[in-house]
Formats: sequence, structure tokens, C-alpha cells
Amino acid sequence: MTEVVAEAKGPEREENLNTAEAGYQSLKERFPDAVSDDAREGYSGILVDATHLPEVATAIRDELGYDYLSSATAVDHLGLEGECLEMVYHAYRTSGGPALVFKAQTDRSAAEIPSVTPVWPGADFQEREAWDLFGIQFPGHPNLKRILLWEGFDGHPLRKDWREPYYEEEHKPFDSRWPGGKVFRAEETNLFGKNVQYPDDFDLGQLADVSDEALYSGLGLGVNVEPLANGSSNGLQTDTIVVNMGPHHPSTHGVFRMVTELRGETIHSLEPVMGYLHRNHEKIGERNAWLHNMPFTDRLDYISSMGNNLGYALAVEQLMSRGARYKAPPYRAEVIRVLMAELTRIVNHLWAVGFLLNDLGAFFTPMLYANNTREKILDVFEAAAGSRLMCNYMRFGGVYKDIPERLRSVANLVNDKIRDLDFMQFLGELVRDAIPRAIDELDDLLTENEILRTRCEGVGILPAETAIAYSTAGPLLRASGVAYDVRRAEPYSIYPDLDFAVCTRPNGDIYDRYLIRIDEMRESVKILKQILPLLEQTAGQEIMPGGKPGAYMPRVPVGEAYGRVENPKGELGYYVVSAGDPKGPQNPWRYHIRATSFINLTVLGTLCQGHKVADVVTILGSIDIVLGEVDR
Amino acid sequence: MSELELRELQDTEFPIPEDLQNTIAITSLSRLYSWSRRSSLWPMLFGLACCAIEMIGTAASRFDFSRFGMEVMRATPRQADLMIVSGTVTKKMIVPIVRLYNQMPEPKYVLAMGACASGGGPFKEGYSVVSGVDKYIPTDVYVPGCPPTPQALLHGLITLQKLIDGQSLARMDDVPWYGVGPSEPAPVPILGPDIIDPRQMELIRQQAERAALGAGKAAERAALGAGKAAERALPDVIVASNTRGLEAPETVGTAATGVAESEAADGEDPEKARRIAKRLEARARLAARRAAKQGGA
Repeated sequence: MTEVVAEAKGPEREENLNTAEAGYQSLKERFPDAVSDDAREGYSGILVDATHLPEVATAIRDELGYDYLSSATAVDHLGLEGECLEMVYHAYRTSGGPALVFKAQTDRSAAEIPSVTPVWPGADFQEREAWDLFGIQFPGHPNLKRILLWEGFDGHPLRKDWREPYYEEEHKPFDSRWPGGKVFRAEETNLFGKNVQYPDDFDLGQLADVSDEALYSGLGLGVNVEPLANGSSNGLQTDTIVVNMGPHHPSTHGVFRMVTELRGETIHSLEPVMGYLHRNHEKIGERNAWLHNMPFTDRLDYISSMGNNLGYALAVEQLMSRGARYKAPPYRAEVIRVLMAELTRIVNHLWAVGFLLNDLGAFFTPMLYANNTREKILDVFEAAAGSRLMCNYMRFGGVYKDIPERLRSVANLVNDKIRDLDFMQFLGELVRDAIPRAIDELDDLLTENEILRTRCEGVGILPAETAIAYSTAGPLLRASGVAYDVRRAEPYSIYPDLDFAVCTRPNGDIYDRYLIRIDEMRESVKILKQILPLLEQTAGQEIMPGGKPGAYMPRVPVGEAYGRVENPKGELGYYVVSAGDPKGPQNPWRYHIRATSFINLTVLGTLCQGHKVADVVTILGSIDIVLGEVDR
Repeated sequence: MSELELRELQDTEFPIPEDLQNTIAITSLSRLYSWSRRSSLWPMLFGLACCAIEMIGTAASRFDFSRFGMEVMRATPRQADLMIVSGTVTKKMIVPIVRLYNQMPEPKYVLAMGACASGGGPFKEGYSVVSGVDKYIPTDVYVPGCPPTPQALLHGLITLQKLIDGQSLARMDDVPWYGVGPSEPAPVPILGPDIIDPRQMELIRQQAERAALGAGKAAERAALGAGKAAERALPDVIVASNTRGLEAPETVGTAATGVAESEAADGEDPEKARRIAKRLEARARLAARRAAKQGGA
């Protein structure tokens, strides 16, 4: 079976490589002065001279057809070859195929790279993030402010020479913990007993919290006399009003904040404000060893932890595959991975549909229906991985453990007894019966519901071109009629062998975004039904190469890799760079997460314009974000 | 009121005939008050991170915490008496959290759900993560787990109920809200170059002075040394953020909190000063009692 897969994948991959190569070649011919190969060991793509970036980017989009900018992120090469700050862009064609990778470098002391937002508006938040965390200026960016931290924060924390208040060492495991270290409270090392540090020249007399001021500047705060004096067309004297929603708001799906400027009840402009759950995944990820990051990925999109695991495993496996002793994951591991990933998709979409109804005002009742089936799937996760939510299940080269024989659940004791069920039987009933029934039930109750249709049809329309330009992904993109699914566009794992359709809906409104989730759940059930016999056929086979558990500190060759998966919320990518010191500790040099929820929010402001306040909540619900992933 | 609850309320000091026990109970006002309060805890509808998902799971039909009286979750702090801090608290978020806490009417309780809210959890070393919500607001119950399972959260909530059962109207110094006058709001942190706790202003000023004298941040760091905590002398101030509650460290009333209070006491308002003096006295009594209890045990 494994050989068949390899054959099916082989030629396709080669051909795709050629198309990317052809793209690089034509760019080098067209811009001989500005474009050169990235010749560093383990790196791919082209280096673009920063001053020529706008022209090259336009050519990449218009002439080569790479219309979709998946990821734009920065890397600090302090102490590495060619010490500089570097922006890395991954562009794709929505028709499928591999990435065109291009990079622009800039000096660390006066970091400045022209913005690509005029070419791909989807780079908006990502460039703001690069400014916030790396301190790269982007001339041409319409709204270059800090995004995850607050205005006034001291420094740009993802620069390699910036140290956090609880800094101990560059790499884990820290000496203080292992081997033979003594555990201490990090608070004891800090003068303030807290996770804080202040600059030496900090003057308390000058203390002012400017974060909100900076946010509101540009929005019409207070009474604006001009429109009052002129009056509007119907003779009424009106003014806009700024309304703040969040970060504590029951409908913002977490600690998300929106600042809206209203004309009456109509949204004139809306600005998403985030960072209230910025947990420094990337800085911590650079201190961690490669495997340490696996449980951290769980906590990104905490509703679909299995999918996050898979993306990270794929990215690191891509790097490891360049090593001599690398062995690909065994077939059974791939089957289990797909099983978990698709169950995750169903979990996520049940949750999303339930919460969309919450946002429509059906407070928690549909949610309870959706959650019932979700709980059963969580039982499967708990039995396999040991945890309901934070599964930490995948490893580089396979999965942590084979699926168990029995499913024992302590939740909902039956007559005070722990439920002890046959795992495969439970899973089979779930896939063949319970999940399809739950989907049908939601469909029956909701799809033709008059209130739902009136509230959702024609609201928050996202045209296909805008969806692509703003780098939206997942159900949001496909509900706008773009059949782009990483599982088909750049297949991974055993997806090429599986029979499933990439669902699309033509209208791009909230209703279509609801329908597409129902469609996708049905397709996932279809995949799961194909997975069940494969699980039985491969029973007893190894789940890690050679049947051994994966290395605790795997050696990862030098280079960069971008691994991506179709997570329930859309494309989840991991950009990892290994500086690979063969003797020293093995840690990622850069660990970047291309978070779907974060990038999908770029379009929120545009999407809400002209709608009513009540619709904003529903539009946000239909995008389906999770703050762990937005803020990271 | 069900039979069982009546028996729970019954004060054993006043025996009641067996056949009347299902209909009559004699109890103290304090006990009745605590019992009714703990049986109708209204948590705030307030999710921070991953733990919020488990909190919703606990509220949903499978685990259903309304069985224990957490019947309704209120979206506004003004109608809630329990704040479940369900997830990682960041520096940006602690500001609204303290504000929300101050808006809750007393008596109010805080439950730190999960590793992050209790002490920073896996993200503790993160530059924008607050290592535990109790650094800024008093916390009553800590529920371990990452995330805690719904069962664990339920256990935490039941623990809180027991805590409330033990609080008495008669012991005025037990909890701030049975004392004289309204209690002080928790100071709202400020977002500067880093988060600033108003209680530590003096300390920050001192650091700046030292920095001006040449012993900069780098020198301080070198003096403290990283990763060798055992050999290092502790800084002379450990901030006690817990000013009440069951986990209060024995260092209650250390320099930092003392600074804030003495500053406040310097103010013109004699009423306020008297209140503060009274509270400090009560706190000292509480500490003495706890010490006595420990000595006895």
C-alpha cells in the first residue's frame, strides 16, 4: 500500500517543482538586477532586492498567476550568514500547486521593506505583526501600528537580541531544570516579583497609556462639527459614533475586540483589535526543542488540536526528510492521522455552527445539540491521546500511540461504573450512525429555518476576488466559490487516495458559510467511512518508523520548510527554520505559525462595512475564529 | 427546599424530633445566608482561552454545572458573583480583567481555572503573559490542569461552595465585605513600556534611581544571575498579591502593599484612614489566628 502511495505522489511532485522552478527562472530573466537565487544551504526560492519588491510582487501575481499570498513573515538572522532581517513570502496559485517563495532582506539597524499590501491586501495584518514583533517598517502600508502588543511597548520581542523578563537561557532544557537542576520560582529572579522589566531610562513622570488613544486616532471620536453643520441629505443633522465591542463581550468568541464607527446603526468602519491572548508561542517556540513545541501547537486553535499537531509534524518532517537517516511515517500512522484530522474537522464545524446560532440569538440551545456529538468524538480523543482537548498526539514520523482496544470513559458514569467499550465498535457506530444523524439533525432544524435564512442570506457577502486577494482560507474562501483546499491543491498524507469532494458554494454570504460547514462535515464522514476499513486492514502495523518511539531531541538538518494542512478553519501553515548546530542543542531558529483565524480577520473590516451592528456579530461568527490562533 | 438540604442546614445544637426533621430546621442566620449564596453562584460569562472551551463543556448538558447552583452565566460583571478566569491572562488583558473584577458587586469570588490563570502555566516565560491572575486580583480557588477537565472544574466549584459555607456573618474580619464600609477596588494596572502595577510605583522609581546611578538593568540581571536561584539571595521584597483568601501567603502586608496603603493613609480623608487601619488590624488578627492554628496542629 505504501509503495502505491509513493508512486502516485512521485511524478506529480516533480512536475510541480518544475513549474515553481520555471517561475523563478522567468523572474530572474525579467529582473536580472533585483532577483537572485537563495543559495544558502537548505533554503529555496529567490531573494528579491527590497527596493524592487513592489514590481517583482506585481509580476509574480499578474504575470505568473500567483494570486494567493499564503504567508508573509519575518526572520531575524542575527549571527547567521548575512546578518539581516528577512521577510519571507509564500505565494500560491488558487488553481493548485506548490509555493513560489521569495524573500526580501533589510539591514537590522534601519529595517525597512516596501509593503506588498497594494498587491496582496492579505499581507496587511502580517506586515503589522512583523512591525510589532521585529520592528520592520513597511513604507506604503496604510495602517502600520502594533497589532499583538500595545502601542508604547518597549522593544520588538522576536528579535534575537531581545530578552524577556524571565529570560534564563537561549535554549531548553535549561540547566536549572535538567540535569540535576533545582526548580525555583521565576518570580524570585525578578526584582518586581512579576513578569516585568522596564527600560533603564524609564521616567514614571512621563507615564501615559497611549494604547487606546492610538487606536481611536483616525476614528471619529467625539462630536465632529462639520457633518453637524452641513446636515445630511434628508435634513437631519447627524454625526458618527464610535462603539467599542470587547475584549469582554459574549459574542466575540474570546477576547477579541472590535472598534466600530457607526452612522446610525450602520457600520461605517470597523477595526479589529487583537493581542489580548498573545501568548508568545513563537518566542517560546524558539527556546523550545523541536518536540517541545508539539503540545504548544495544541493550544493554538484549541478546538482542533489534532489538526495543529499534523501541520507541525509535516513541516518538521519536511526538514528532517533532508537528513540521511530519515524514514517516512508508516502507512498506519498516516491512516490514524487522517482519522484524527477529519474527526477534528467535524468537532470544529459542529462547534462553529452551534456558535453561529448563538450569535444569531438562539442562545445556547442549538449549541447543546451540536455539543452532544462533539463530546462523543472527544471521548475518542481521550481514549487515544489521553486528553479530551489538548491531544499532543502526533510525533515526527508517526503518532504517539496506536489507537487503543478499549474506550474507557469516566465522564457520565453509567450506574457508577466506568464505561468500558470496544474502541473500534464505538468509532464505527460514531462514524456510521451518530455523526451523520447529528449532521442531519442540525440540517433539519436549521437550514430551512426562516429566521436563520432571513438573517444570513445576502449578508456579509465576500466576492471571490476579494476573498483571494485578502488571503482568506478554508470555508470562508470556499463559500465564495473558490475551490481551494490544501488537501487537493498540494496533497499530503494519504489524501490523494481518498475519495472526497472539495465543496464550494457560490454566493459568499453568511448562509453559504453555514451551508459549507454542513457540506464539509458530510465529506468528512465520507472520508472517515473509507478510513475505517483501512484501520482494520492495518491493525497491528507499526505507527512509528521501525516501531521505535521518536527521538526526544531529533536532529533536524539546516534549512527552512513551510508545511501546511487544511485545518477546519482553513490553511494552517508552519514556517520553520533550523540553524542546526549538530553538536549543540537542537532548537528551531524560527517557528512561525501561519494562523488562519488571524489572516481571515484581515477582511473583517471590509466585510462589515454597510451592515448593521447586529450583523457584525454574525459575520464574525461565520468567519469562525479562535483567539488562541489569532493572537498566538 | 428539598429534604436533604434541610438536613444540611440543621444546626446540631438544637435537636429536632426525628419525625419533624423533614419539615423543620433550626439554624443560624449566617449559615442560612451562606447556604443560599453558595447555592446560587452566578459565574460571569467570560472566557479567555482554551479553558473557556472546557468551561462551556462544563456548562453544557453532559456535565451541567447548573446542578450545583451555577444556574446562569451572566455576561455583565454587575450581575455576577464569581469570576472564572478561564485561560491565559496576558498583560493586555489583565487591565480589563481588573476593571471587570472591580465592577462585580460584593461578595465576589475568583476561581483561577487551569495552569495559566493559576501561575502562568506553559506560557509563564512569555513576555506578555501575566504569571497568574493572583498577581493582580485576590483569588480564592485554583483548579489545576491544562485544561482542567469538566470534572476538575466542578470539583473546584464545589470547593468554592465549601469555602463560602465556612464564611460567617459573625466573624466580620473573615472577608472584606462583612467589614465596615465598601472595600478598596483593586488597583488597575497601566500599560507602559511594560505593565505597571500601581502598587509597585515606588519600587519602579527606586529601580530608575539605581539605574541613573549606573547600576543598570543589565548589571542587576548579572547580579541576580540567571538559572542559579539556589545560590542567589532573594530580593528583599516578595510581593504579596493575595490580601485575602485561603491561599494567602504568610508575607501578607509586605513592603509593596504597605507602600500603597501608607500612601493612601497619608491622604486627608480620616474616615478612609480609619478604615484602612481597621482592616490592617483585622488582617494581623487573622494572621495571628492562623499562626495559632498551625501551632496547635
